[in-house]
Amino acid sequence: MNLQLFALAFFDGIAYAALVFLVAVGLTLIFGVLRVLNVAHGSFYAMGAYATASTVGAIVAAGYSPWLAFPMMIIASALIGGLIGGPVEKLLLRRIYDMEEVLQILVTFAVFMILEDVQRLVWGVQPYFESSALMVLGTVDVLGITYTAYQLILLPVVAILVLVGLRIFLRHTLSGKLILAVTEDREAATAIGVNVDRVYLVTFVVGASLAAFGGALASATTSVIPGMGADMIVLSFAVVATAGLGRIEGAAITALLIGLGRSFAVYLAPELDVLVPYLIMLAVLLVRPEGLFGMAHTRKI
Amino acid sequence: MRSLGMAAAAIAFAATGAFAADKPDELKIGITTFLSGPASVFGEPAKAAADMIIEQINADGGIDGVPIAASYVDEGAGGEALVSEYRRLVEDVDVDLMLASISSGNCNQLAPLAEDLKVLNLMWDCGTQRIFEENDYRYVFRTQANATPEMLATVLYLLKTKPDFSTIAVVNQDYAWGRDSWDIFQTALKAMKPDAKVVAEFFPKFGAPDFSTEISRLQALRPDVILSTSWGGDLDTFVRQAAQRGLTNTSTLVLPLAESSLQRLGSALPPGHIVGGRGDHYFLHPERVGDPAFDDFMKAFHDKTGAYPIYPVFHMSQALAAVKAVYAKAIEANGGEWPDREQVVDAMDGLSFQGLGNEVTIRDDHQGLEDQLLGTTAKSDEYGFAILKDIMLFDAEDITTPVGEESIEWLKTLGPDFVASVEPKTYAD
Repeated sequence: MNLQLFALAFFDGIAYAALVFLVAVGLTLIFGVLRVLNVAHGSFYAMGAYATASTVGAIVAAGYSPWLAFPMMIIASALIGGLIGGPVEKLLLRRIYDMEEVLQILVTFAVFMILEDVQRLVWGVQPYFESSALMVLGTVDVLGITYTAYQLILLPVVAILVLVGLRIFLRHTLSGKLILAVTEDREAATAIGVNVDRVYLVTFVVGASLAAFGGALASATTSVIPGMGADMIVLSFAVVATAGLGRIEGAAITALLIGLGRSFAVYLAPELDVLVPYLIMLAVLLVRPEGLFGMAHTRKI
Repeated sequence: MRSLGMAAAAIAFAATGAFAADKPDELKIGITTFLSGPASVFGEPAKAAADMIIEQINADGGIDGVPIAASYVDEGAGGEALVSEYRRLVEDVDVDLMLASISSGNCNQLAPLAEDLKVLNLMWDCGTQRIFEENDYRYVFRTQANATPEMLATVLYLLKTKPDFSTIAVVNQDYAWGRDSWDIFQTALKAMKPDAKVVAEFFPKFGAPDFSTEISRLQALRPDVILSTSWGGDLDTFVRQAAQRGLTNTSTLVLPLAESSLQRLGSALPPGHIVGGRGDHYFLHPERVGDPAFDDFMKAFHDKTGAYPIYPVFHMSQALAAVKAVYAKAIEANGGEWPDREQVVDAMDGLSFQGLGNEVTIRDDHQGLEDQLLGTTAKSDEYGFAILKDIMLFDAEDITTPVGEESIEWLKTLGPDFVASVEPKTYAD
């Protein structure tokens, strides 16, 4: 493998990692605060993609500028996170926080199945493809290979902005600090007057919106098809588990690791392509069962 | 005493047998198709077609006066659910015959079951060539071609239109069809053009959302030809990502299933790439356009679903044409009386019938002989998506594995001169 191929594999890897990170970070944020492993996260990803693909398609077909695709992505993911994520937390998850973890996973899995059918009802089964956002940004030639600017530049930049933005939000704003307080110790936070219910709701909506945003960004690069949520949830679980549940920066580094691992596999051993994320996960968890950045928990009485 | 009882049982059996041959109130057909999951891109249009065709048959007086009643089973529910639904339809609903199925895996599972249940089963869409090469069935027939003629016609089209290419790469889905079709294609290619060099083999995960890495790699390798037997969202994504990054300018794509993606891909699939449709299935079929039955159906289907028919619609029309034809044949053989189910199965041998494509004939090994149509994409302002030019129509007889032979072994016996020996019908545009 010469330097050129190494560079190409590297570029492909970061573009992929950026998308994986956006979905995984929402999942890990929700787990960090709610302590619920949310299988329905995959549905928010898929619905973000569907909502963006269909609305942008309509906008472009009506003759408006394809640049509107970018604000539309943000609007669509906020709407999916708020209008669907909000009620899911408020009406359903709220009732099961004290129940066993297995039951929680089953409930979120049921939500996932229901939302899969909702997608079929609303959007049908034919694939959607809406790449106006990708087309307006054009292509970039690197080392004789043509890349789309969307994947090579925009996706990684957005991922970094989200990472930095989340960090600032959590460390330097009041709402963020409240979220951190609840993550640290729910009972103590309640005792000093933090509205835990509200924090849970905000966190879930933010997490769900991030998944939808990942889907919205992905919709410009891929066919939006039934079942896309299931694939993404499996991969993001791998990222989150490898990073350590609840670790945001860890999710970023792990997504990068998995993205690069996958693209190098396509160059060196294409047969291993699918396996690589899970091999990385296996290797990490064998050595550090709590994940790369996870901390061993002392159980509270 | 015992023999008396047996005689009574025999009489009773004969009596019910005679009853079964009385004209029923309706002809019950079970149809398996994908109504969920990625393959519903095929299953939904096929179901829409079945509804339309059955409605038409019934409006025309049914099968010898007997209307058809169809029950659908979702193949997307998974193998186990499919088997129990299949059993239920045969044993409880007492269907007269089954049309199953789209997935080759499901056909593999259902063929022996049909044999056990003694129910006529028409494999209306699945592609695995192995079923009749490895087994002998009485009750199972295929009303369409299989993977071997589909891939062989593709190789022939490629070698006839681009005889001088030297390198090829493959990007197929990582499941049975992706692997098997490459096996067949590769074997045929090596036999007929031994100097063609395979420079890369990619089998991305089924449903993979992103082919960026494969495309970067292919841009660095610059193969003359890139084969992909993918379908549905996978194929759409691959073609679009390849076109966005200019791969379609440097390599010729060979896409044996892309007829089913043309309308969705719109202008994303540029001119000059090779497209097939698993048989002679194309809404602008050069031999069929102008036939009122064909033209009316194309229009009615477009009015109903908003899209032109794709190959599963043709496959469904062939299976239902076979149902119509086999009952007509069996009734005639039975002296004008309604036939019993075994007589219908007998009538399947050598049956010829015509759906939306050219006529199909059932061979001795129960395999259908179906022609293959391929073409090269051309820009169309009228339709807004790529249409086919330089169409070749291959005669099924020339390209289907002979009865009793195994496909891969047979393909190995073909030499470079086979290319010239097959003379398809050609259509300028």
